[in-house]
Amino acid sequence: MHNENLHHGLEGLSDSILLVTFILLLILYVLAASISNRDFKRWSLSRMSFWFLGVFCLTMGGVGPIAHLAHKDFTAHMLGHLLVGMLAPLFIVLSAPMTLVLRILPVKTARRLSRFLRSWPLGLLTDPFFTSLLNVGGLWFLYTTGFYSLMYQSILLHIFIHLHIFISGYLFTASIIYIDPTSHRRSFMYRAIACLIALSGHEVLSKYIYIHPPVGVATAEAEMGGMLMYYGGDVIDVILIFILCLQWYNASKSKGRVNQPVNASSGLSTD
Amino acid sequence: MVRENNNLDRSFPSDYKNYNLWSGFLFGLGLVAFIDETLFHQLLHWHHFYDKRTLDIGLVADGLFHAFSWFATIGGLFLLADLKRKKSFWLKRWWGGVTLGGGGFQLYDGIIQHKLMRIHQIRYVENVIFYDWVWNTIASVMIIIGLVLVIRTRKESQQFRGDPSNA
Repeated sequence: MHNENLHHGLEGLSDSILLVTFILLLILYVLAASISNRDFKRWSLSRMSFWFLGVFCLTMGGVGPIAHLAHKDFTAHMLGHLLVGMLAPLFIVLSAPMTLVLRILPVKTARRLSRFLRSWPLGLLTDPFFTSLLNVGGLWFLYTTGFYSLMYQSILLHIFIHLHIFISGYLFTASIIYIDPTSHRRSFMYRAIACLIALSGHEVLSKYIYIHPPVGVATAEAEMGGMLMYYGGDVIDVILIFILCLQWYNASKSKGRVNQPVNASSGLSTD
Repeated sequence: MVRENNNLDRSFPSDYKNYNLWSGFLFGLGLVAFIDETLFHQLLHWHHFYDKRTLDIGLVADGLFHAFSWFATIGGLFLLADLKRKKSFWLKRWWGGVTLGGGGFQLYDGIIQHKLMRIHQIRYVENVIFYDWVWNTIASVMIIIGLVLVIRTRKESQQFRGDPSNA
């Protein structure tokens, strides 16, 4: 009884902290866009919408009914995982946050930042094979060891795992499709193969969960959750593959016509 | 997989012969996998999501092919768009690729995935062997049609080098 009250109190507190953070994120982006508008071409409304959608997905995964049910129900947990680890990263990558940051920073600081982006550790963090390992490997570790059952017992572990799921999802998406300026660029084929392996790893894991429920998860819930991971993942994968192929299509056009200037009118290709 | 498009003369169909074939092959493979998923898994519920007799290698193969089939469908269509843009699309050759890729995947699915890896059966009934025969026969017919188209278009491209839309 006492514990239950304490738990609810903590939940309310973490909810408010998260909500304030998410609202701040929205305000910061709008503010940054308006600063950028003073010196540059108007920041596009579609990018702004992608940011709002991304933060909305994070909010759905972190606060409210889905997040609360996730403690008890594995299917709700999986829905939260799809929102925080796949959909939110996709939207946030599409909102080009790094481009916006580079625009509003003073020239010197922006140069320092772009030098940092060109450094070798960032080369590793933008390598699609490394980000796949970080992303899908982390998930394998979470669901196939006893780690999952610990997650809802410790608030710190809970925060760490969710941050990891989001950040590794973001790094993975950003290493597959290039929206922001990327200094360590990989070829289309290289990214396609890494993406294929990561997606297969995700599909195999979702069937593995269906067959071998994680510690503390009932069979029926694991079956529902596994199928949701399999098919829900598909939907987001299709969007990711489509954008990757579209970028190849746009790039190969400009390669074919050497004499014409590169057409950068499409919102999905920044280079 | 796809050769570089640095061809100087784009009007020759033979230059894009393999490109057309690959585009069709990938799209055909993806299309058959898509039909398999929508029709047999989701609408008819003949295929099961998981069969207890599945070998471990079957799980890996299923994951890989499932992800690859999305790549193939979308990538194949983008290659098609690229061919159209370069005015090098060759319908007959492309269809050869579609039937070859589709039939090839269906035969792989019917023999390796269903029978050897036991991912799932076509339908959970007693005389499943009947379904297997129909399944694999259709696959073989598709492969034969594909091969005929591929060989014929290769001969055509050797005979004349003219308008690429001449299919």
